[in-house]
Amino acid sequence: MKTETITLNLGPQHPSTHGVLHVVIELDGETCVGSKTNIGYLHRGIEKLAEGKTYTQVIPYTDRLDYLAGISNNLTYVQTVEKLMGIEVPERAEYIRVILAELMRIASHMVGIGIYIMDLGAVTAVFYPFIQREKVLDLLSLVTGARMTFNYMRIGGVAQDLPEEFFPALEEFLAQFPKAIEEYHTLIDENEIFLARTKNIGVISAEKAMSYGLTGPNLRASGVNYDLRKVRPYSIYDRFDFDVPLGTNGDCFDRYLVRIQEVMESYKIIKQAYKEIPEGPVMAKVPRVIKPPVGDVYHQTENPKGILGCYVVSDGSDKPYRVHFRRPSFNNISIYDEIFIGHKVADIVAILASFDIVLGEIDA
Amino acid sequence: MENKNYQALLKSKFGENISWSEDKPNQFYVNAEILLDVLKTLKEEGFGFLADISSVDFKEYFEVVYQLFSFVNSEHLTIKVKLDHENPAVISATSLWETANWLEREVFDLMGIRFLNHPNLERILTWEGFEGHPLRKDFVWKSGRN
Repeated sequence: MKTETITLNLGPQHPSTHGVLHVVIELDGETCVGSKTNIGYLHRGIEKLAEGKTYTQVIPYTDRLDYLAGISNNLTYVQTVEKLMGIEVPERAEYIRVILAELMRIASHMVGIGIYIMDLGAVTAVFYPFIQREKVLDLLSLVTGARMTFNYMRIGGVAQDLPEEFFPALEEFLAQFPKAIEEYHTLIDENEIFLARTKNIGVISAEKAMSYGLTGPNLRASGVNYDLRKVRPYSIYDRFDFDVPLGTNGDCFDRYLVRIQEVMESYKIIKQAYKEIPEGPVMAKVPRVIKPPVGDVYHQTENPKGILGCYVVSDGSDKPYRVHFRRPSFNNISIYDEIFIGHKVADIVAILASFDIVLGEIDA
Repeated sequence: MENKNYQALLKSKFGENISWSEDKPNQFYVNAEILLDVLKTLKEEGFGFLADISSVDFKEYFEVVYQLFSFVNSEHLTIKVKLDHENPAVISATSLWETANWLEREVFDLMGIRFLNHPNLERILTWEGFEGHPLRKDFVWKSGRN
């Protein structure tokens, strides 16, 4: 019998691709025998645009990289410029940064998990994690005035102090949070369909994960204990007691498990930080016009999706000579073409979702 | 966060082809011809994580910048290669790290630096048929903006 393979276009306009991602899959029956990932549909040239802006004007652009974790991106960029200029950030600002960055991680992981289970068919269940995400966004908009595009960090601190209502609202959130996560565990962990769709699907070995530059939960699901908050602590992360959840198999299920365990670690960090937060200023004394000395610097932080790196070159003027971002999702999905091979179409959707990608930062 | 002394090691192995300045002991300038050997040596020394490849257009020359980290400790090294502005090309690191594939494609697409021995050096963020390399300083926007 004469057989031939067929070509299937996954995306660029399809909900299961989490944005405008295009994967051309070569199918033999229902099994993938070839794959080519195309990106760039959302490329706005943020790195080039940054060259025409002052150092402070670049901050809002970072919100639009990983738009589910704007605060974390803000943090990476401002810390990079602070490193270049040798600015000491006030204690209170550091605590505010850590609290908000960890809240952001919770919000991002809640979307990651919610969309993940939705892609596997649990269209009702998506709204459970989204409840927690909504509560976090309420908290963040209380502080910053925005739900997604925060533009809250400044070079030398944060834009303004926390409002009075913040801590009572945070307490309320923290009080109900562990119970909600418990509930999600019971909903998802032992669900027959979820287990069948994710166990031993899309297995990535530790060596492969390291070679492909996977970072964040996707790397740790393969059992590599690498979390920048522990390995190269930035800000004040070395003061807090928390664990780094690890996976064992590196399959789709482990990538889910690492994420849902990580939000409880974030919860732990917020609880500690919130008890210790000192009074004081939230901005360091920085010059009105930011002019870093001639030179370059590379800095990276542990964002919800993985390691966001920022490389800034200064020529001594008020505008950056070059800004480059190492976006975690970009490196993470470069492994797709290899791990899709041999899987069924439905499994490819599961693998895609398990990575928790954001096209905003893949295409920059 | 104190780094081991890699200067002595690299100096003994590569001699004049490698240089650094005293105020930045973790940053090395490497001649393009021996780049792959340097990266290979450092990978064997424990720098298993190629975090980033970026590039800068300094008008007279290009710089390609490699950020190397270790998966087990906090060490960090920066490797820089200076390239001619006329016909910039450097050997690809894809034989050492899979992640170099996409990182190098991005540098090629936006900065126009060719990576020799790359398995699939094509544009990644812009489309095929796009003219020019946007991150170069002499790039002119079609709309006339600057």
